[in-house]
Amino acid sequence: MDMELEAYLRPPESEMAPYPAKVITLATGKKMVVREVTRDTVPELLEAVMPTLFIPRDYYDIVGARLYAELLGWYRYRVKDEFCIIGQVDGFLVGIVNSRMYSPELGISLHTLAIERGMRIGAHLFAAKMEHHIEYLDQEEVLITAESPIGFRRWMIEYNLEKRDGQHELGGATPYALTRELYFENKDRLVAGERPVPAELLEIAEREIKVASEDDIREKILGARRRQRR
Amino acid sequence: MRPVVIAGVGMIPFERRDEDSLVDMLSMAGLEAMDDAGIGEHPIDAVYVGNMASGLFNRQVSVASSVVDRLNLMPAAADRVENGPASGGSAVKNGFLAVASGYCDAVLVIGGEKMREVIGPRATDVVACMTHPLAEYIYGVTLPGLAGMFAQLYMEKYGITREHLALVSIKNQDNGILNPNAHIHMKITMEGILTHPQSHINNPVVAEPLHLYDCCPVSDGAAAVLLTTEELAASLGKAAVEIAGVAQATDTHTLQERSDPTDLKAVTIASQKAFSMAGMEPGDIDVAELHDAFTILEIAESEHAGFFAKGEAASAIKAGETRIGGKLPINPSGGLKARGHPVGATGVAQIVELVWQLRGEAGERQVEGAANGFSLNFGGFGNNVLAFVLRRR
Repeated sequence: MDMELEAYLRPPESEMAPYPAKVITLATGKKMVVREVTRDTVPELLEAVMPTLFIPRDYYDIVGARLYAELLGWYRYRVKDEFCIIGQVDGFLVGIVNSRMYSPELGISLHTLAIERGMRIGAHLFAAKMEHHIEYLDQEEVLITAESPIGFRRWMIEYNLEKRDGQHELGGATPYALTRELYFENKDRLVAGERPVPAELLEIAEREIKVASEDDIREKILGARRRQRR
Repeated sequence: MRPVVIAGVGMIPFERRDEDSLVDMLSMAGLEAMDDAGIGEHPIDAVYVGNMASGLFNRQVSVASSVVDRLNLMPAAADRVENGPASGGSAVKNGFLAVASGYCDAVLVIGGEKMREVIGPRATDVVACMTHPLAEYIYGVTLPGLAGMFAQLYMEKYGITREHLALVSIKNQDNGILNPNAHIHMKITMEGILTHPQSHINNPVVAEPLHLYDCCPVSDGAAAVLLTTEELAASLGKAAVEIAGVAQATDTHTLQERSDPTDLKAVTIASQKAFSMAGMEPGDIDVAELHDAFTILEIAESEHAGFFAKGEAASAIKAGETRIGGKLPINPSGGLKARGHPVGATGVAQIVELVWQLRGEAGERQVEGAANGFSLNFGGFGNNVLAFVLRRR
């Protein structure tokens, strides 16, 4: 690799405050560890994202394909100031969210992928990335768009977001913004998690990002009855 | 009246079924019931389809005509029966009357609804169309709203707590895990939905005091029963279960007109009449399927149907009496809470579950030795209710 040329192709990176891990008690009573991951974990994450590329239901294929590209771009230094937060239950990856800083003041929410469904995992992880933008990266607002009806309902309606002119960098639907004010108005209702994470839970999560088999991922997303249908 | 036997039952899994039309679902359940009965080429005299709102959900009406054609059952008589969330129960009652009166020998009753064609808030609005148009609907009343107000009153009057409601949710979701046809297969815990300081984020308020896990999901699905004479059922070798009692009762359209809004008179009257027709008492029942669209309703209905004295169901639930293996298992199917509630399907699905229980075919959720079953299908907000007593022959 010609590092001189590579230096031109790699975006400059800003200093970003770390996101401290937290633990959320789900409706099932299980504990989900929510933590920021570094780019070296991307290969494991891509393994979990891959099966979703073939699931059209609820636009998983579009979200999965775009998330795959964004994570790969981050892994190979082609996206500026991206971060990724994951949820793990008993070490197993149950959801991924990614986002990036567009400027010190403005965040851009990219994607939210829930592998386990029906437990508000996507909602909890989306809330975690908003928490990171506003509370730890100290940004003024986050620009958000939606690619699926579920996303629209969760993000746009639950947070009562403000409409914005112009476009989100993902293109697509009208962008909306979560401002600091809106975030703190909704925080008690929507942002869960306790810190610090008990050492034994964090140790299990950090030891290994366990990824379910392709069949299991399909079943978790589609339900047992549909996992074999393509 | 002639005895009426349930010779066959069928049900498709309740869930979000994007790939199936309403008529597909109704036909699949109907075929299953006919196959289960082994009716073969024997003519079906009539088809009753319980469905609440296909015109609003799916832009399709005359679904019964469509189903007889799809199943090639012409020239069978075909009617759609609408009675809100008790449409399924009303369809079964009509089928029962047709056979009991001697007018028909074989009647296929199918209940079904495809609700997930529209988004959640629109589905809530469609269901709210059953409320009084001038006294309720125009003020924004929804069924969760009515249930919330009812729950507030009932809980105050009888000392019921949110813990009791949560115990109903947990029990029914536990049962749903054992039912392959249930919409929800997820174990929930008291910590996750009630006692953890952040459980309100997992389990947000829908209509105070009811939270998300107090409410049934919005589902697609269909269920069917084939009703016949005892002679025909015997010739098919399928004479195991009969409808021993059936009754329907009504109350004022609006909740506010009732002298005591916590008194579900139609539930009491329909239940008493059904027990009387069957020559049974509530104490004779081994398993019950109640209409728990909201957790508070399972508690209130179990008291109004006579299984517990007023104010005593909550302690029975806490003692585990309504769990599978308890004194009176309620909603072993998971109920509306976990099996799901495609409104027109529910009353039929309750009876399908009872038939499986009385035949000893309910798998992991089997209530040991079940011989008599009871179901209650709650229309409107308790203004049009059907009760059934089933007996193993």
